[in-house]
Amino acid sequence: MKIIVPIKRVVDPSIRISVKADGSGVDTSNLKMSINPFDEVAVEEALRLREVGTASEIVVVSIGPAKAEETLRHALAMGPDRALHIETDEMPEPLGIAKLLRAVIADEAPDLVILGKQAIDDDSNQTGQMLAALLGWGQATFASKLGIEGGNAVVTREVDGGLQTIRVGLPAIVTTDLRLNTPRYASLPNIMKARKKPLDKRPLAAFGLDTRPRLTVLKTEAPVTRTAGVKLASVTELVERLGRAGII
Amino acid sequence: MTVLLLAEHDTAAIADATLRALAAARQIGSEVHVLVAGSGAGAVADAAARLDGVARVLLADSENYDQMLAEPVAALLASLADGYDAIVAASTAVGKSVMPRVAALLDVMQVSDVVAVDGPKTFKRPIYAGNAIQTVTSSDATIVATIRTAGFQAAGEGGSAVVEAVSGPEPAALSEFVENFTVTSDRPELTSARVVVSGGRALGSAEAFERLLTPLADALGAAIGASRAAVDAGYAPNTCQVGQTGKIVAPDLYIAAGISGAIQHLAGMKDAKVIVAINSDADAPIFQLADFGLVADIFTALPELTAALEARAR
Ligand SMILES: Cc1cc2nc3c(=O)[nH]c(=O)nc-3n(C[C@H](O)[C@H](O)[C@H](O)COP(=O)(O)OP(=O)(O)OC[C@H]3O[C@@H](n4cnc5c(N)ncnc54)[C@H](O)[C@@H]3O)c2cc1C
Repeated sequence: MKIIVPIKRVVDPSIRISVKADGSGVDTSNLKMSINPFDEVAVEEALRLREVGTASEIVVVSIGPAKAEETLRHALAMGPDRALHIETDEMPEPLGIAKLLRAVIADEAPDLVILGKQAIDDDSNQTGQMLAALLGWGQATFASKLGIEGGNAVVTREVDGGLQTIRVGLPAIVTTDLRLNTPRYASLPNIMKARKKPLDKRPLAAFGLDTRPRLTVLKTEAPVTRTAGVKLASVTELVERLGRAGII
Repeated sequence: MTVLLLAEHDTAAIADATLRALAAARQIGSEVHVLVAGSGAGAVADAAARLDGVARVLLADSENYDQMLAEPVAALLASLADGYDAIVAASTAVGKSVMPRVAALLDVMQVSDVVAVDGPKTFKRPIYAGNAIQTVTSSDATIVATIRTAGFQAAGEGGSAVVEAVSGPEPAALSEFVENFTVTSDRPELTSARVVVSGGRALGSAEAFERLLTPLADALGAAIGASRAAVDAGYAPNTCQVGQTGKIVAPDLYIAAGISGAIQHLAGMKDAKVIVAINSDADAPIFQLADFGLVADIFTALPELTAALEARAR
């Protein structure tokens, strides 16, 4: 079984971003960048399926600027076999990404595509579902457990009321929740080895797809910020203040 | 502008999230239709028809939609899309699974997690865990959007719409429901509760989580929330997680007990009216946005708080 794992380079989750004063966007210059945490979980899950003999080949794909190669090398150091880098400085929207991935899938013919449920920069939570629709495949979003049984993926999903288990015929799209697994750290020898793993590069233009944005960002603002209130000395004081404020 | 709103329901009642999404739908377009899908949902369709601002209810009465699996529901919505300027749903697990699929079938870009409607095609939405708010405008012919419901008021009754039967394409057998593990509780629902009491990693065990938070939540009539660390450690079910990847809440009162205040947690609760933080570390980031802070050990402060509230109620 072949698995494709699309990954995105994003601002590291520990960084607090700031909005540019002129409202033109988020200032990401000189910030620490990392693999999107959900995508790292997706890579880990693919590796576990290979370790139990279910998967034979894992290909990671990233769409993004030249530096996305670093993110692909980071993923390769965890264990996938090879990588594809679709190079572009203009980041397409999820719909455009899904169209590019559909083209990759037409070439690669995987049995399973595992994606992060959302990227922590735009928080869109769309690409996996869109890709499934474009391919006419089944989807299992927000996976916290994944098993392959016969020609199906059996997936437990985190839903609002609890957990839901569904069976999806392969080939299928699965999107990860963080509780699916804890990703491994790459060892130094594996980081060295990853430098030599095959990494194919293709310019976005080579796909001949229209990935121009459909949404125009008019402005980007900082949210209303809260300021620290008061520190109280005791529980008694807390109850009194809440009572005075009419909250309890 | 005619808007189609996907309803969520349990065959008995319409979900609160849908009632709130209706408020957003009414801001997007002057005429709102509601789609109720699922077998035995006639009573829900009738209830939807009585909602204020609903002009028409479409009832797709079929077992195909009973578990709201994304593939058949998206195919149904796409088949009904003609004649609608916008198709919207609440940003729930169902909405988030179904709507991007609808968008791709219609070849449009979805607007995720709308927090404000600025115009029929212009919306505000949070990015970077709510640390920035984008205003976006769509060039697509049909708007497909999910609504972050915390900031919208639930619609009330006052309408008398007609209910019309519709049907969708026979679904391809792509996925199949196996089972639900539903966490039941007689507490208020987390995303619509007026008061939320949340516990973090500091609770240390499922037993302590239950022992310390349940009586406090009872005393306040509150829903119980949790940080991701508490859920990951098994102290609370995943349904309790508040944050960027959990639920978004905006109660009148949010009490964070033994929660540090990571960016990803704040993303889910920083729109609460009043925030109370109880943490033994005076420098915990949660204090930077708490209205009332208490530097204390939760193992003594929480029982004390519960007792004080109980005494006050007597
Ligand atoms: C992609 C991504 C998504 C995430 N999504 C979410 C999300 O949706 N929701 C979420 O919550 N987190 C999320 N996280 C995790 C988040 O970054 C934090 O790790 C998490 O919120 C920490 O939980 P916590 O505050 O309970 O634990 P900690 O950060 O460990 O904080 C525990 C706090 O308890 C205090 N404490 C300890 N003992 C006591 C005591 N006896 N009395 C009083 N106080 C005490 C400590 O001082 C500390 O401040 C996400 C992370 C990533 C990378």
